[in-house]
Amino acid sequence: MIDTLRLTAEEATGLLERGEVSGAELHAAFREAIGARDAELHAYLTTVDEPDGDGVPIAFKDLISTRGVETTAASKILAGYKPVFDATVATRCKDAAMPLLGKTNMDEFAMGSSTENSGFGPSHNPWDPERVPGGSSGGSTAAVAGGLAPWALGSDTGGSIKQPAALCGVVGLRPTYGTVSRYGIVAFASSLDQIGPITKTVRDCAVLYRTIAGRDPCDSTTVELPEPVEVPEREDLKGLRIGVPTELNEGEGIEPGVSEQVNVALERARELGAEIRECSLPRSVDYGLACYYLIAPAEASSNLARYDGVRYGHRTDEVVDLRGLYARTRDEGFGDEPKRRIMLGTYALSAGYYEAFYGQAQKVRTLIKQEHEALFERFDLLVSPTSPTVAFRIGEKAENPLAMYLSDVLTIPSNIAGLPGLSIPCGLSEGLPVGLQLIGRQFAENMLFRAGHALERALDFDSVPERLR
Amino acid sequence: MSWEPVIGLEIHVHLKTATKMFCRCAVGALDPANTRTCPVCLAHPGTLPVPNRRAIEMTILLGLALDCEIAQRAVFHRKHYFYPDLPKGYQISQYDEPLCVNGRLALAGAEGEAVIGITRAHLEEDAAKTLHVGSAEGRIHGATASHIDFNRGGTPLVEIVTDPDIRSADQARRFLQLLRQTVVELGISDAEMEKGSLRFDVNVSVRPEGSDELRTRTELKNMNSFAFAARGIEREIQRQIQIYEDGGEVEQETLHFDPTREDAPPLRSKEEAQDYRYFPEPDLVPVEPRGEWSLDELREQLPELPATRLQLLLGGGLELRDAEALNAEPARVRLFEALNEAGIEVRPAAAFVLNDVARHDVDPARVDGAELARVLAERDEIPREAFDAAVAASADDGFSADRYLQERTVADSSELDPVIDRILSENAGQVEAYRNGKKGLLGFFVGEVMRQTQGKANPKVVNERLREKLDA
Repeated sequence: MIDTLRLTAEEATGLLERGEVSGAELHAAFREAIGARDAELHAYLTTVDEPDGDGVPIAFKDLISTRGVETTAASKILAGYKPVFDATVATRCKDAAMPLLGKTNMDEFAMGSSTENSGFGPSHNPWDPERVPGGSSGGSTAAVAGGLAPWALGSDTGGSIKQPAALCGVVGLRPTYGTVSRYGIVAFASSLDQIGPITKTVRDCAVLYRTIAGRDPCDSTTVELPEPVEVPEREDLKGLRIGVPTELNEGEGIEPGVSEQVNVALERARELGAEIRECSLPRSVDYGLACYYLIAPAEASSNLARYDGVRYGHRTDEVVDLRGLYARTRDEGFGDEPKRRIMLGTYALSAGYYEAFYGQAQKVRTLIKQEHEALFERFDLLVSPTSPTVAFRIGEKAENPLAMYLSDVLTIPSNIAGLPGLSIPCGLSEGLPVGLQLIGRQFAENMLFRAGHALERALDFDSVPERLR
Repeated sequence: MSWEPVIGLEIHVHLKTATKMFCRCAVGALDPANTRTCPVCLAHPGTLPVPNRRAIEMTILLGLALDCEIAQRAVFHRKHYFYPDLPKGYQISQYDEPLCVNGRLALAGAEGEAVIGITRAHLEEDAAKTLHVGSAEGRIHGATASHIDFNRGGTPLVEIVTDPDIRSADQARRFLQLLRQTVVELGISDAEMEKGSLRFDVNVSVRPEGSDELRTRTELKNMNSFAFAARGIEREIQRQIQIYEDGGEVEQETLHFDPTREDAPPLRSKEEAQDYRYFPEPDLVPVEPRGEWSLDELREQLPELPATRLQLLLGGGLELRDAEALNAEPARVRLFEALNEAGIEVRPAAAFVLNDVARHDVDPARVDGAELARVLAERDEIPREAFDAAVAASADDGFSADRYLQERTVADSSELDPVIDRILSENAGQVEAYRNGKKGLLGFFVGEVMRQTQGKANPKVVNERLREKLDA
């Protein structure tokens, strides 16, 4: 009997290598778990019955193109759309013999922090089904936390891997921009979107990152990794200089229970040999959110222009003329959040406003990069809570977009700077997981894995939700 | 008042690459519809552009040929509008950081040389082709169905924008010809208007002679030939002058010509000022030409440019008309130069290339100019037949003039006089007419002599003898 709730990908690999289970059995065990628990969690939009590969199975966020398997980005405008090609990350997982379990739920076009913006209903947090799993990769993190997948891929634009990983008590990596191909990823905001692993352990995270990372000739913005990915072994933090930015740790809206767990983790880090000092990112945090909400909607308004009902996806039944075809198709197909961002973005790019909005935001982005670079002259890592709060109740913020946007206030600054960030679970507050965010230099994923692994061992967090143990 | 036209051109040229601009589909705009497509050029979700290196190189070559500054860093932008021919909802183009800026093309002309400034030359992708059926003139309004052929979508296109330096319709025509020839000889485009691989729009305004103001301009679109464009521009210039002379104001508008009916008046439309919401394409990194290419090496690849050749031909004393006609084909120019070097004067050499060589449908590139010059030098000394045969054979392998120079024309007047006398006596009426002043009849008599001698008479001697006898 395979305990999918506890089985890590590393353990699953061991079982397969020793011949104790077959790939088909492993896939079937997870399919069975999905059958048992997904009615409650709604982590999946589509499941795959026949395994394609005999390795450790995997789930993909529904914006990763999979040939012949419906890919909707949780939008009604793409309902029924089956790609004719695989995303590069899907190809790389196939090449590594990982069979697909299914496509996971998300906020429509990755726009949101709770999966409540899915066109097909929200996902539920395995720790408390009345709460959100976070988002936008909430389906992937709920699947991993709920034992419905040993690991998964998500995407992160403003915090869409790190934040739901924190809220579901799993590990999530947002890689350095440019290290993982975006080819075949339904685009939200091109200059920010990155695909990354969602796993139960940091070692699994390193293995999955190693599988998907590296230059892709189909994505001009990718680069070769400067050093090979190392699966972490060491369990100390000797010589590591950790910076604790005040603005990311003492900011308004951070729950006391969250701060408490982060402080416990910092104490462990000190015991493991790290040198910990306070520091400051004043402008990054003050302007980060505003900068993000100009750049991301601007790019989104452009990326979503292709959904016009002409070639694929939803098309209105009531075609009157060309304008009507566009207007009705897009009105029927897009949910409120994409519409909101298309309008914001269109405005920010309009003649006469471009310089004041999009142009200005790009300048601020440069400042935010510089501010982070300066800190990394003194520190190897920056640490903060991943999310200011633990998982909130379904519906709690759904009517207040601004409150929802603040869920990402701690993840956005380093995302804008293009830096890698790892979220690992560091304890519970009110019975719900708290995430610790580790931010590294560009291409310093190995450093994040090393620190994350040592802390994970020291904190000994049990990633199985209490109610499912 | 005297008026001066102010004309600027925007020319689109399809590049002759094997594959499209941002995907690896073969270029084949005329292949069966929608057979040259892939997820990238159909804008399937998640697809990304990868630039065609050869297209960038061709644009840089063009920039060098037009004496442009090549950008240190060029950026692709997204240009947004909704139309079914644009599957992404935006066209990847260039905006404020194009590959080539500030160039010029020297246009030698009868009144001296005009230098036409090149504002910019940039690289972009073409749109797909839409075909609306069931409506008048294939317009979308009233159509029962619209078909889209994505073969052309995403093919590489260079847009060349001139400064408003052109001062007449004829100058515009000659500029377009020279530019077309330049891209053809650079090997970067077929630039065939019939196939749509060259298209252009014209901006026209007029102003009082001597003024440097820029008045409201109109835009002329969809013209299908240079000659047609010249007529359209001329008509537009006259229309605008008439408006100003009647005390009116020219309105900014676009005149769409019907390329299938040259006689149809253009359709007018007020183009709404479109907001294309340009922003830098985040899926592409900036192009840094100097990092990828040696501009000096590219410059060395440039062939002799048509503009330079035209200047040399005119400098050598040719008429503009002949110089342009020769210049239209580099091989013609090379043959002309070979003949010239072999001692044939410029004007007869040009006339020979443009008339005789062309009439015999001989490929000038295959002709040994020095050898053919020997035949040409003795044109009058050999029979017409032999001369024609020599020209016709001049592109053959191993062509030798000797064979055609053996037979000589009859120059001996004792042989020619009896023939001439007979012809004069048989045509007494014409002789009288000639003597009464119809001197043009000389050609008639020469022709008769040549006919009756089967072209073997030496035309120079025949001329002399005829004149002597007729004028006596």
